[in-house]
Amino acid sequence: MTTVAPRQRRSRAAPAFVAGYVILLVAFGVVPTVYAIYFAFTDSGGAFAGLGNFADAAADFRFLPAIGHVALYLVCWLAGLVVFVVGLALLLHRLQVRGAGRTLRFLYYLPGALAGAASVMVWLFVLDPAVSPVGFLLRALGYQTFGQVIAPGNLPVLFAAIAFWTGAGGWIVVMYGALNTISPEVLEAARIDGAGAWQTARRIQIPLLRKWIVYMVILAFAGGTQLFVEPQLLSQASVGVAGRDYSPNQLSYDFAFQNDNVNTAAAISVELLVVGLVVAAVFVVRSGFFDAD
Amino acid sequence: MIRSNLVARRRRTATLLAVAALTLAATACGAATSSGGDTKGRFTQAPQSDGPLTVWVDSTRLAAAQLYQKQNPTVKMDIVSYDGDANGSNYLQTKVSLFNRTGNGWPDVVFSSQNNEATWAVTAKFAAPLNKGLVPQSLLDGWAPNANQPCTVDGTVYCLRNDLSQTVLWYNAALMTQWGYQVPSTWEEYEALGKKVATEHPGYLVGAAGDTFTPEIYLWASKCGANHITGPKAVTVNATSPACTRMAALLDSLIAAKSMSTSSVFSSDFDKNEADKILMMPGPSWYGGSLFQGTFKTPKGQIAVAPMPHWADDKNPSVGNVGGGTWLLSAHSAHLKAATAFLTWVTTSDDYQGKVAVGYPAYAAAAKTWLAAQAASGYYANDITAPLQAAAGQVWPDWGYGQFSQEAIWAATVTPGLTAGKTIVSMLPAWQKAISDYARSDGYQVTQ
Repeated sequence: MTTVAPRQRRSRAAPAFVAGYVILLVAFGVVPTVYAIYFAFTDSGGAFAGLGNFADAAADFRFLPAIGHVALYLVCWLAGLVVFVVGLALLLHRLQVRGAGRTLRFLYYLPGALAGAASVMVWLFVLDPAVSPVGFLLRALGYQTFGQVIAPGNLPVLFAAIAFWTGAGGWIVVMYGALNTISPEVLEAARIDGAGAWQTARRIQIPLLRKWIVYMVILAFAGGTQLFVEPQLLSQASVGVAGRDYSPNQLSYDFAFQNDNVNTAAAISVELLVVGLVVAAVFVVRSGFFDAD
Repeated sequence: MIRSNLVARRRRTATLLAVAALTLAATACGAATSSGGDTKGRFTQAPQSDGPLTVWVDSTRLAAAQLYQKQNPTVKMDIVSYDGDANGSNYLQTKVSLFNRTGNGWPDVVFSSQNNEATWAVTAKFAAPLNKGLVPQSLLDGWAPNANQPCTVDGTVYCLRNDLSQTVLWYNAALMTQWGYQVPSTWEEYEALGKKVATEHPGYLVGAAGDTFTPEIYLWASKCGANHITGPKAVTVNATSPACTRMAALLDSLIAAKSMSTSSVFSSDFDKNEADKILMMPGPSWYGGSLFQGTFKTPKGQIAVAPMPHWADDKNPSVGNVGGGTWLLSAHSAHLKAATAFLTWVTTSDDYQGKVAVGYPAYAAAAKTWLAAQAASGYYANDITAPLQAAAGQVWPDWGYGQFSQEAIWAATVTPGLTAGKTIVSMLPAWQKAISDYARSDGYQVTQ
């Protein structure tokens, strides 16, 4: 009796805990995804349209530029993310001994605690030399007006910086947590063998972090291909000068609400889903993500 | 704000959820109602009921709704302020297409700062036909000639024009006198004075070309056929004709001379660095109240109005137009009587249009009161009545309102190049291509 009761409680509690997530996932994830796939392969009258909507999207004059924009953005964003997140997490891990780690950990996480759109709004002020707290920096770089700052060539870097600022803090804390799982004995052994900070990072810590980095890249890639808030807000703040139909997600939005074409909008959404899944699959397979250690 | 929440959520979730949110937002439940079809000005009234009258206004028109509420305390009103659909934000169309899917939520009366709402609101069956029993023809006849043209589809009026935004030449009379300059009456004189100012008083401006509505001030007035709407879904785009290139060249030469700003008059850097250095400024009728008096806080007794310059060889002077705004009445309204009463009041009453509105009323009788009130305010250095009245009848009719946003297209294709130092003339072909592309994506037949 006494041995069965806890197990029974546990088996009843587990589905209850998971149910909250599963219900929301089905309601706001699975069902709409299926609905989107239905839309993507039908026309406005509901008849099967084959790949017609995908062809319409690909033939649109905004499609290829949007893909190009996001590809460039992803290069900046993913490279910046991996280098800085791993670098800062390693730094944080070393500083832990000196007691500054806790404050820094909090600081890194802070921007991420702001709601997504709100933290992008902050940047609208930061990027305007007339009102920016770092206006002197912008002017030193040769930018006198908001218009010059948001020149088309600057956008991938700006969006990557905004995304890093809003999203990287959480990852730094996660990486830091992962670093803490590395056995002190291993690090101690490396130190005795004469490895410095750099060699320890390169030969011990980063290889052991690999799965975490892959996990981060998969999610950051999926999030990055769906770039929307940053260009959309910048577009509205600059009254359409920058960021209008910049990303495929914005194009999808325009198809749905400007061109009144939900089916093509859904086709673009499905493409983004497929790209995200394929890239995730490649990373998972190549990195041995699910291999047992 | 609902949209930014939605958007924020979407950005922060993983792939599945993101795709989901979009489609959920786009589709929700309920049947789509955009099956097309020809209404020919008739619509089925929704069952009428009591309940609050929902009115959507932008921040400037908030005063109108509040004044109506004050004068009519018995009318239950739910006043919602939104961005007024300004600058191609497309907010109204987005919301209406969602409401069409969910089958409820439409505002009863809505103000839009855009003149092109009829291009989608009619096919979306949102805009109620007004001249088929709701608003008497005798009242509609009181609008300035052609004012409701952007609202008219096949002879049926689907919205009412709030204000005319005919362009004039605003100038600082005090500075003109002090420096001994003559107000230019032709574009040639205007350009010459612009160059003179650049050398004699560097830093002072004769205009600004950095706004999204720059083409509507200058190129429209120059009769540039970049945006000639020839049918409900047909447009002729020719942005490289001499009418376009000579005005673009004028702007380029003054930009090079630095007496033409490339910043938006609403940008923080213009307000900070250039707002007190305006000698002249071609712009719409609402510049006086909204820009000089409201935003720049230019002291009274300085700003004056002259007719918009014209080309010396042009026998029929024409002016441009920047927005003007429209009021739409929802075909789904359950309070048609109250909605029509508000719509009529807000577009025609002296109490609002004549005495409170910042823009030149499109309803002619209210415009008279408005002009008298402007003269009586003592803000302007000269009598603004004659130039504004004349300009109201000179808006070149061959620049139309398509479903695509001219302002957004200019902003995305020309403004970045302008900021980077390219000439407008060199960007006209790209502008023409962009207009054609966007028009086609909205289903327009494009001729060039």
